[in-house]
Amino acid sequence: MAIENALMAFPMASIWAVTLVLLPLAGVICCFLLPRISRTLGLFTSFANLISVSGLGWQLLEHGSYRHAVGGWGAPLGIELYADGLSLLMLATTAMVGFAISVYSTAYFKPAVGVRFWPIWLCLLTALNTLFLSADIFNLYVTLELMGLSAVALTALTGSKEALNGAMRYLLASLLASLSYLLGVVLLYHSFGSVDISLLTQQMQAPSATLAAATPAVWAALGLMGAGLMLKTAIFPLHFWLPPAHGSAPAPVSALLSALVIKASFYILLRLWFTLFEPLVDGEAINSLLGLLGCAAILWGSVQAIRQTRLKLLIAYSTVAQIGYLFLVFPLASNMGSVAWNAIAYLIISHALAKSAMFLCAGNLLRFGGHDRIADLDRVVQRLPLTAAAFALAGVSIMGIPPSGGFIGKWLLLETAIIQGRWDLVAVIIIGGLLAAVYIFKVIGYTFSPAQITHEAHNVSARMQWSALLLAIGAVLLGFLSLPVLSLLNISDATITSGVGL
Amino acid sequence: MNPANFYALVGIGLFCIGLFGMIINSHLLRKILAFNIMGSGVFLVLVALGRRAENLPADPVPHAMVITGIVVAVSATALALTLMIKVATQTGQATLPDEDDK
Repeated sequence: MAIENALMAFPMASIWAVTLVLLPLAGVICCFLLPRISRTLGLFTSFANLISVSGLGWQLLEHGSYRHAVGGWGAPLGIELYADGLSLLMLATTAMVGFAISVYSTAYFKPAVGVRFWPIWLCLLTALNTLFLSADIFNLYVTLELMGLSAVALTALTGSKEALNGAMRYLLASLLASLSYLLGVVLLYHSFGSVDISLLTQQMQAPSATLAAATPAVWAALGLMGAGLMLKTAIFPLHFWLPPAHGSAPAPVSALLSALVIKASFYILLRLWFTLFEPLVDGEAINSLLGLLGCAAILWGSVQAIRQTRLKLLIAYSTVAQIGYLFLVFPLASNMGSVAWNAIAYLIISHALAKSAMFLCAGNLLRFGGHDRIADLDRVVQRLPLTAAAFALAGVSIMGIPPSGGFIGKWLLLETAIIQGRWDLVAVIIIGGLLAAVYIFKVIGYTFSPAQITHEAHNVSARMQWSALLLAIGAVLLGFLSLPVLSLLNISDATITSGVGL
Repeated sequence: MNPANFYALVGIGLFCIGLFGMIINSHLLRKILAFNIMGSGVFLVLVALGRRAENLPADPVPHAMVITGIVVAVSATALALTLMIKVATQTGQATLPDEDDK
């Protein structure tokens, strides 16, 4: 009887949600305690994480969005976990990409480095899962810091001069960003006496609070939190830390950083902007400013990517450009929400899959030839056909050629821009796609030609090639799965999402 | 001006001094110290604004947040110092190269 009551109070969804936080955390501790089997433990944990996300997804599809008061202590005092369609999509992307990268890492890292890689990667996974499940802005701060610190530690893993410099720059930018965010949280807590997103949203939207909401403290909070999150997301012109960090980290780490970590801070920005800050920013100039930064990021990042001579830096600058597309949601979503929302969800997932595939390919080529100079790729097409195919397929999605996930995302974005008559944005989206084609074909072209300086070829394991290829295939297949994926996004909760069809 | 607001303003002042220091100093130790000053500023604002009115008892939630924040700041500082030492032993100087040098 007691057990039945306990089960009644604990629906299945909360078991899955709590598992998503505790499982990787337990993995971290086990990897530290048992370094000899850390590789097996890491792989097992990321697989179990995939299953837990499917469990949570199945529960959300049955019962709708879910809220869990940890330890029976709900808002405003306690910490709550919250899951809806958007968080489920982020969790699922993290789990899929994370598992593929884990499989890749079992072959990539030598045991001496692997012992350090696995616990930190699981720590990053814990932070990401908790971040996507958090329902209050202070908990988001803690997870943001946890994520930033483990990401920096992963960047510095090889201990080379470039990696250490990149990691240090990344750490300083990340700390500055989190403190700025925290000061914003403090000001919001002072204004409304709560940190829970849905409570804050209610207070901001209450008609009597309209005057109070426009107080300088809330605007300051918006500026501080926005600036902090934008620095973490590396939107132009705050992207200075990204290329050195992503370019110098080991390949699986670059994949994690580019595919998942920057998306996490963007997720927070998206959530805050369209829930509690919505009454403030709707139709305001600040949304146009964010769109402008997005356009600048697309053009600047693409041009820089074309100019690079090293493959990993090219992919890193391509990330800078692709982040720009995500920021186009701000000027477009205020008038007609749902299409722009679907576009952004699609761009996030397809970029995560395609970009992680690209970085894994770069890791394969680096292992194969001992360098990643684009001009010396030396007939990779014949000698590493799986990797070359993976790079090309990921490139299809990044360029936005049908049929691929990237195409659906960019098409939906383009459609919204055309309907709203934003021809400036239409032009930037199209030019961005063309520039992406230039830098991707630059790489693909060199994979066919023999290089002037030849290198001793090293063996690349099948696991490393196949995990990259499967991620790239996933990015393309996403183009055929738009209905089921977009229906997941509709799992929502009226109290937390307002006007937009999130 | 009541004392709470005074302390909050001092906290914002510390935040700005730290921000300034973090941007203009090139030595990594100075940057890390500046980060800690920024952090102290945020924590001071958090505690100072805990008392909403003169006749009400202070709100305990900000204190819990400050403790969490201090734990995070200590771990971040530890990681930053370790990285700085590694950078210094590898490159012979505790500064980051300029963007244009590469």
